[in-house]
Amino acid sequence: MVRVTLDNVSKFFGKVKAVVDLNLEIRDGEFVALLGPSGCGKTTTLLMVAGIYKPTRGRILFDDEDVTDLPPKDRNIGMVFQSYALYPHMTVYDNIAFPLKLKKVPRQEIDRKVKEVAKLLQIDELLDRKPAQLSGGQRQRVALGRALVKEPDVLLLDEPLSNLDAKLRILMRAEIKRLQKELGITTIYVTHDQVEAMSMADKIAVMNKGRLQQYADPQTLYNKPANLFVAGFIGSPPMNLVEGNIVEENGTYYFVSSSFKYRLPSGVGELIASETSSVILGVRPEDIKIVLGDGDDNVISGTVYVVEPLGRDLLVNVKVGETLFKILAPADLKLEPGQSILLAPNEKRIHLFDRKTGRAVI
Amino acid sequence: MARSIGRRLLPLLFLAPMLLMIALAWVSPLVLTVYLGFTDLSIKNFLAFVKDFFTDKVSITLDNFRRIFYAEDPYVGETLRVTVLYVVSVLSINAIYALALSIAIAYFTKNELLSMILRVTWLLPRITPGIIYALMWIWFIDPKYGLLNEMLRLMGVPDSWLPDSWLLRKPYSQMLMIMINGYVGASFGMIVYTAAIKSIPPDLVNAALVDGASEFQVARRIIIPLLKWPILFVTAWQTLSLLSSYEYILMVWGAGSGQGYGIARSAGVMVWSLYSYTKAFAEHLYGYASALSLILVAIGLALIILYFKIFGFRRLMEPSRVEV
Ligand SMILES: Nc1ncnc2c1ncn2[C@@H]1O[C@H](COP(=O)(O)OP(=O)(O)OP(=O)(O)O)[C@@H](O)[C@H]1O
Ligand SMILES: [Mg+2]
Repeated sequence: MVRVTLDNVSKFFGKVKAVVDLNLEIRDGEFVALLGPSGCGKTTTLLMVAGIYKPTRGRILFDDEDVTDLPPKDRNIGMVFQSYALYPHMTVYDNIAFPLKLKKVPRQEIDRKVKEVAKLLQIDELLDRKPAQLSGGQRQRVALGRALVKEPDVLLLDEPLSNLDAKLRILMRAEIKRLQKELGITTIYVTHDQVEAMSMADKIAVMNKGRLQQYADPQTLYNKPANLFVAGFIGSPPMNLVEGNIVEENGTYYFVSSSFKYRLPSGVGELIASETSSVILGVRPEDIKIVLGDGDDNVISGTVYVVEPLGRDLLVNVKVGETLFKILAPADLKLEPGQSILLAPNEKRIHLFDRKTGRAVI
Repeated sequence: MARSIGRRLLPLLFLAPMLLMIALAWVSPLVLTVYLGFTDLSIKNFLAFVKDFFTDKVSITLDNFRRIFYAEDPYVGETLRVTVLYVVSVLSINAIYALALSIAIAYFTKNELLSMILRVTWLLPRITPGIIYALMWIWFIDPKYGLLNEMLRLMGVPDSWLPDSWLLRKPYSQMLMIMINGYVGASFGMIVYTAAIKSIPPDLVNAALVDGASEFQVARRIIIPLLKWPILFVTAWQTLSLLSSYEYILMVWGAGSGQGYGIARSAGVMVWSLYSYTKAFAEHLYGYASALSLILVAIGLALIILYFKIFGFRRLMEPSRVEV
């Protein structure tokens, strides 16, 4: 097991900047998710760690050893590809045995290890089949088996669950997490599914357009998004974001948008006003309370637009002037479209972002 | 109603010129070959024969085949040996050497430009008119003015080692035959192979590299096994076309002069199809030549049936698809 360090790594394909100045440290035995939209450079990053791509700039370290120029075969890496990349001309057994055969492991030991891994992943019934005769979930487990059988120092998983149906995905999510903890292999897990990342990873690196946006544990990422991109990307339904300005009136600071005015908690206003006055206010759907009738003085009034029952909760769409808020409310709340209500955001859980840089101010 | 008839007729109308060509250039010669193969048509009885064409005055006989199979023609054995040498060695260049070359060009050469230059180099003979290609070889190996001897001398090969004629002296003449045909034929295999190699998903190669394979092991354990069908296809196809091809040998060595054998016989490059050609157009023994051709046709048909059994229709039509 090793610690993996990416030190200012960039990868350019001609004019395309796939990864730009990426700094990342994955501790020994840690499970890190690389999360980001399609085309943000996740696969490219993995392939650089694997040694398939050589970084245009920067270094990659395993523990303290610089592996930037090491070919893939000398890195002891196990990888599950986005497409699984099972060898179509080999049986499941030979697929899993392939890395061991290349290492010249004695035949009996190969046999023992292949069967052991197959049992662990519950594919021991399938060893004689060809990949074409397997279902998506089975292929995924074979690919995982091939990656695990060589007892790699680093495990790289590239969207391994994206081809599976929802039920199997949730099942395999838990399986992979358990396996990783059991074997203690340093793991980088690529996904564009935030739920997957949040539920599985110790830490999440959010990427966008080749750049690292934030690298933190799931709770921090959710509660303290570093910028607008992370705030909008993490969380479902997504955070409500409203453009506006910070205005001072008689020593009190307000957030003022085109459709409402909201008093900021004392202290917060001063802090922000010292940096910028044009901001974006962010509040998560579950951090707004719906108040019927008269409530506190610091509320926003709006009208119910649409109510979407989600089973456990209601997702209420509320119009405030031109702005649409999405709010999670208890399922037993009775609301009618057109009904006038008051919104009370949780003061402690509001976010403010600098409109120019997108960075979080609080 | 009228429209639906039109619909059925229109495709036939479009196909008609092609079908006519096939009938004229393929079916009728085949029928003629079969017919003539069982007659004794030659220049001597030509006029009488043409008058009695397809009537029962023509004597149908198995004489031609007796001459071939009972070795009454003393040259059949040698022709057979040369043909086997020709097909097997040119085939190994066209199918196996072309494979090695394609992997070298399409996989090991990571520089796209270099890869393309190399590919074009091997395509050149194919896009050069055949007669010019042949003339270039004749010039290249000329003992007096040719580039080959000049190069060998520069490399320090003493004059006494050089044959008086590359064209005539065995085994050089036969090596020459193999090279001339191998070079021009390799491009076919290379086009099929390079397309197939390029269609292998890069992830498969990457997976093998991550699994610990060297570049060489990737070629041997991933690429070559995946090219199984393209390799079989090229082998099958080239066997067929080599069996019936003689044009480059004809252009370099000639079919016949004087006794009708030219220098192809003495150079040891008289392959079966050229022998048949010689019998027909130098010795004017049309019946016998047809019988010789008929044997080639029979072998060819047998091979085609065999190939369909092995490949199935789809694989024969889409040789460059790698099955993943
Ligand atoms: N071999 C390549 N040549 C040129 N451009 C490439 C290459 N590989 C990736 N790119 C480009 O680099 C960017 C990042 O690609 P990458 O495959 O890393 O994205 P990704 O985050 O894995 O996306 P996805 O979620 O769709 O798999 C994309 O714009 C892509 O077009
Ligand atoms: Mg990807």
